Amino acid sequence: MVDEKASPGISVRNLYKIFGNNPDQYIDLVKQGMTKTELNDKHGHVLGLKDINIDMPAGGIQVVMGLSGSGKSTLIRHINRLIDPTAGEVLVGDVDVCQMNPAQLQEFRRHETAMVFQKFALLPHRTVMDNTVYGLEVQGISRSEQVERAQRWIDRVGLTGFESNYPNQLSGGMQQRVGLARALTNDAPILLMDEAFSALDPLIRMDMQTVLLDLQKEIKKTVVFITHDLDEALRLGDKIAILRDGEVVQQGTGQHIVLNPADEYISSFVREVNRGRVVLVQTIMDTSVGLENREGPAIKIGTTLEKAAKIMTDGNSSMAHVVDAQGKMLGSLDIQAVISSMVTPISHDDPVAAE
Amino acid sequence: MEWLYEFPNMDIDSLRALKKGIDSGFRGFTREYGVYIENAFEPLKQFLIYSEKFMLETPWPLIILLIAGIAWFASRNRRIVIGTIVTLLLIGYFDMWEDTMRTISMIFVCTVLSIVIGIPIGIAMSRSDRLQSVVNPILDVMQTMPSFVYLIPVVMLLGIGKVPGLIAVVIYAIPPIIRLTNLGIRLVDKDVLEAADAFGSSSWQRLKNVQMPLALPTMMAGINQTIMMALAMVVVASMIGVRGLGQPVLQAINNQYFSLGLFNGLAIVGIAIIFDRTSQAYGKRLQKYQEVVHG
Ligand SMILES: Nc1ncnc2c1ncn2[C@@H]1O[C@H](COP(=O)(O)OP(=O)(O)O)[C@@H](O)[C@H]1O
Ligand SMILES: [Mg+2]
Repeated sequence: MVDEKASPGISVRNLYKIFGNNPDQYIDLVKQGMTKTELNDKHGHVLGLKDINIDMPAGGIQVVMGLSGSGKSTLIRHINRLIDPTAGEVLVGDVDVCQMNPAQLQEFRRHETAMVFQKFALLPHRTVMDNTVYGLEVQGISRSEQVERAQRWIDRVGLTGFESNYPNQLSGGMQQRVGLARALTNDAPILLMDEAFSALDPLIRMDMQTVLLDLQKEIKKTVVFITHDLDEALRLGDKIAILRDGEVVQQGTGQHIVLNPADEYISSFVREVNRGRVVLVQTIMDTSVGLENREGPAIKIGTTLEKAAKIMTDGNSSMAHVVDAQGKMLGSLDIQAVISSMVTPISHDDPVAAE
Repeated sequence: MEWLYEFPNMDIDSLRALKKGIDSGFRGFTREYGVYIENAFEPLKQFLIYSEKFMLETPWPLIILLIAGIAWFASRNRRIVIGTIVTLLLIGYFDMWEDTMRTISMIFVCTVLSIVIGIPIGIAMSRSDRLQSVVNPILDVMQTMPSFVYLIPVVMLLGIGKVPGLIAVVIYAIPPIIRLTNLGIRLVDKDVLEAADAFGSSSWQRLKNVQMPLALPTMMAGINQTIMMALAMVVVASMIGVRGLGQPVLQAINNQYFSLGLFNGLAIVGIAIIFDRTSQAYGKRLQKYQEVVHG
C-alpha cells in the first residue's frame, strides 16, 4: 500500500477507455489510430479516452481541463476505478489501481482517496454531520471519533452551526462545503475533485478556490482537479493537462500553456486569459543587463506580472530587478515590457495583426 | 370451409385426459406431501391464532388506544387519529367489533408476511436485470389471475381455514411491495450511489446506508397498496373459511340481506381508510428531509 503520510504521485500510462458492449474488440483499431467519430459511426462504440499519459505531481494540484464531453470525468474516475479501463495503467505511488482485486480496491478507496462531485452527491436523508462522517463510518471508526474528526473540518470550511441541517436546507455553495468537508474528513492523501466548483456562482466559486488553496498549503495532498474553466485551472493548477475528444492535447504549467499554446484550439482558450495573473517575472526579465545593475525595487522570482506592475507603480519606478530566494539578482524588469506582456497578443494568423 | 367457423380445437377426449392428468397429478402430490406442507405452515398458523387471540381478548378500550397510538406515531396528524377513534367506536356500536378484530389481525399478519417475503425479493430483483425479467411476468400473472382460481390448489393442498386463506391473500397482495421495492431501489440517484462507492462502501453498506433509506418512501407506497389489496381479498378469502368481516358479506350475498352487507362493507371501507391515511402519512413523513428546500 501507499505511504499514509506523504501523498503519492499518480501516473497515468497509455490509458484507453472505450464505452460500449465489446470494447476489447475495438481497442486494437483505436490503437492503430481510428478516430472517435469513426468508431462511433462504424461500430457504435464511444471512445472515452485515448492514450492518456499524465504524471500528476505528488502533493500538488493537477488540473485536467477540457470542454464538456472531452473525457474529464471519465479520466478522474479511473483513479479510484469507478470506471474500469479498457487498457492501460493508473499507478498510485507504485501500485497499479487497475490490477487491484475488489477487497484491495475497497481498502484503497477508504484510505487513499476521497472525492468531491460536481453535483455534490450528498446523502439527502442525512444531516450535514452525518454526511461528513460518511467515509469514517464506512471504515468502522467509533462514532465519537467520527464526530470529533468531522467537526474539525465542518468548522474549517465554515459550516459551524449547520451540523444538523439537511442538504436541501443549504445553498449550493454550502452544500459543496459539505462535500469538501466530507472528503477532507476522510484524511486520504489523494483528493479527487470533479468540477467541484463548476455549479457555483462566480463569487462563491472564487471563495471556494481560496478555501482550497489555503487548505492545500497545510494538507499538501495530491489533488486532481477537473474544470472546464481556464481561469480556475490557472489559479489552482501546479500542472494543467488539456483534454479534447478523449486525448491530451497539451500539458504543462499554466504559464507554459498560456505562452506556448500547442494549437489553435488551445489558443482560442488562452486568448481571453488575464496574462498578468499567469505569466511570472522570470519569464520576461532581461538577463542581458549587468547583474550588478540593481535598479528599482527588488521583486522575488515567481511573482506574477500583475503583482510586479503594482509594486513598480506603487514605488513610482519604471525599472525593477528580479531576485531569487537568497536575494541574488537574476535580471531586470522594465515597466514597458511588463505591460506589453500582460496584454494579449493578437493572433498571428489574423491578417490585421501583420502590420 | 367449415374449419373457418369451427375452431379446430383439440379433440374432447384428449382434452379431458389432459385435465384429468393434471388434476390427478396434483392430487397425488397433495396426498404425498400435503402433511409436510401443512406442518411447514404450522408456525404461521400459530402466529395467526396468537394475533387473533390478542385482538379479541384485549379489552376494547385498550385496542382503540393501541390503534390510535400507532396512527399518531405514524402520521403525527390529529385528524387521522380522531377519524380512527370515531370509526372504531362506530364499528363497535353497530356490533361488528369481533369480526373487525379478526380482519385486522388477518391483515396485520398478511402485511408482515408480505413485507418479510416481498422486500428481499424486491432487493434481489433490483440487483439483477435477468431476475427482474423473470419475476415481473410472474407478478403480472399473480395480479391478473382471478383470485378464485388459485384458491382451488391452495384448498386442495391445505383444506379450508386460516392458513390457506392467508396464503391466498398474500399471493394476491404481495406484488406491489415487490415491484415498488425493486423500483424504489432502481430509482436511487446514481450520483449518490457513486459517492457511496467512492468512499469505499461495501455492497451491504451501500444497501443499508443509501439504497434502502432512499427507496423507503417508494417502498412505503408499496406497503400501502399491499394492505389495500389484502383488505379487498378478505371477502374472497372468507369463501375458504377466513373469519372476519368477509363472512357476513358473503352471507348477505347468499341471502340478499342488503343492510348486513352494507354495514360490513362500510366497516371494511372504514378500516381501509384508517390504514391508507396512516400509512400514507407515514410515507410522507419519511420524505421530510426533502421538503425544506433552500430558497
Ligand atoms: N457510460 C458511458 N457510456 C457511453 N458513453 C459514455 C459513458 N460515459 C461517458 N461517455 C462518453 O464519453 C465522453 C466523455 O464523457 P465525460 O468523461 O463525462 O466528459 P466530461 O466530464 O469531460 O464532460 C462523452 O462523449 C460521453 O458521451
Ligand atoms: Mg464531467
